[in-house]
Amino acid sequence: MAVTLDQTIAQKQHTFLSRLFANQTFWVVIAVILACLFLSFATDSFATSKNLFNITRNVTFVAIVALGMTFVIITGGIDLSVGSVLCLCSMVLAVTMHAGYSIEIGILATIATALAIGAFNGVLIAYLGFPPFVVTLGMLSVARSLAMVASNNTVVFQFGPDHQKLLALGGGAWVFGIANPVLYMIILALITGFILRWTKFGRHIFAIGGNEHAATLTGVPVKQIKVAVYMISALSAGLAGIIQTGWLGAVTTNLGTGMELQVIAATVIGGANLAGGVGTALGAIVGAALIEVIRNSLGLLGINAFWQGTFIGGAIILAVLFDRIRNFRRSD
Amino acid sequence: MSVLELANISKHFGAIQAVNDVSFSLEAGEVVGLMGDNGAGKSTLVKMIAGNFRPSHGTMHLEGKELVMHKPADARQHGIEIVHQDLALCNNLTAAANVYLGRELRRGVGPFRILDYAAMYKRAGQLFAELKSETRPRDLVKQMSGGQRQAVAIARTMLSQAKIVLMDEPTAAISVRQVAEVLNLIRHLRDQGIAVVLISHRMPDVFDVADRVIVMRRGRKVADKKIASSSPEEVTGLITGAIEQVA
Repeated sequence: MAVTLDQTIAQKQHTFLSRLFANQTFWVVIAVILACLFLSFATDSFATSKNLFNITRNVTFVAIVALGMTFVIITGGIDLSVGSVLCLCSMVLAVTMHAGYSIEIGILATIATALAIGAFNGVLIAYLGFPPFVVTLGMLSVARSLAMVASNNTVVFQFGPDHQKLLALGGGAWVFGIANPVLYMIILALITGFILRWTKFGRHIFAIGGNEHAATLTGVPVKQIKVAVYMISALSAGLAGIIQTGWLGAVTTNLGTGMELQVIAATVIGGANLAGGVGTALGAIVGAALIEVIRNSLGLLGINAFWQGTFIGGAIILAVLFDRIRNFRRSD
Repeated sequence: MSVLELANISKHFGAIQAVNDVSFSLEAGEVVGLMGDNGAGKSTLVKMIAGNFRPSHGTMHLEGKELVMHKPADARQHGIEIVHQDLALCNNLTAAANVYLGRELRRGVGPFRILDYAAMYKRAGQLFAELKSETRPRDLVKQMSGGQRQAVAIARTMLSQAKIVLMDEPTAAISVRQVAEVLNLIRHLRDQGIAVVLISHRMPDVFDVADRVIVMRRGRKVADKKIASSSPEEVTGLITGAIEQVA
């Protein structure tokens, strides 16, 4: 039977399964599951509710920031300032509340700080053509220094009249005994996934990462969108800062040090491409989960903690290696 | 009435006279080949029609109304579409997403509007069928052949009611078979009553598909005649300057 043009056009080239197997996120999920199964049998302490509670909660802070970072990385940018921004935002919240203001005002001030920093990064990058690496590297230094200025480099652990509310916000478990930070992470991941897949804004983010010049020529508001993604990234760091403050019950000026690398690692392990154009919300979460499971398991298996960096770094390189192998095959 | 009428258009950048006193008109359903050596002023002329530059002197009329444009989006609004030389495609997106880039279809109400994937796949599929191109709307552009990529870029110009399509070197870097495909796409646009301006270095393509050829040299129009009454030899002479000018 002859194949008509209409049939060819209507044909779907990929089945559900072939797409699944070509998906890096899928393989990372498998890796996480296998690691968890292995650890459940190899150790007595892994599959305890207390350890699982710890793991899920530890994942959340990196994962929430990684969700914001995903937007930036899809456009082909990078945000190195998130760890410091998290620290500054936590400090703004702590200092504001310590001064006697309510938790609502503290959170508003924190979010305003985050958005202002994101807007500053974004405007320099989008309108003045600064390389994202340089701008956000500068901000990494500036934000942490401002956190020290704001607190006079002290530890803040008293949060004024709404002290208990803040601790409950970050440290409680309001629904079915699931730690609050995990709930926030799930909600934010759903929002991120929705934006990326179903909105015009999300579509344009992918277009900018794929071919910025083409996006400009076809009338995509490239500059405004770039500012927006850096604001989203800073906002996610700010939100993680609020939650982490509530959970820890104290803020020091070394909070979030080196976090930018964990966040970028989580995003990349989850399948985002640093060259831009590729990335998912689920990827950011499972990437963060894999890192945390590796960290946790090393401790449980009694391996010296100094090895942590080697294993996590190895996971990053391995993730990118798979991506390279796929590309080699395609470019033939 | 002509679709587009250019009268005494000039453009200079500082002391450099890129386009000098050029006039011509475009009719609906006509393919015009715009030829000339590098630096002859073709691109500058096209960029003025596309709204990238404003002419220093002269006027443009679209269907009898004076046309003043400040940015490329204005040109699109007036029914002037451009197929860029590099096609302006995003490799990481599907064919349908590229066709609709910058004017995505959405459904829903108010702020709760989501991308209408089904409608975009369907309409993009119809456009590819109209273009007689074996291009699947769901495929990623990075997996496509040169001819399919051209089809995606051209389908973009058919989304709205385009009156004029400007094509910048559409056959420059593709295989022989794909050139034939692209020329067919151009004929298809012409049959729909669209005026096509084909900017090209390739003599055989222009003589194959165009009704008229305009030759530019050093910013001036040196020829504007029916393909039937010209020859590749004459056009080559005009481009290089061996022939000064023809009526």
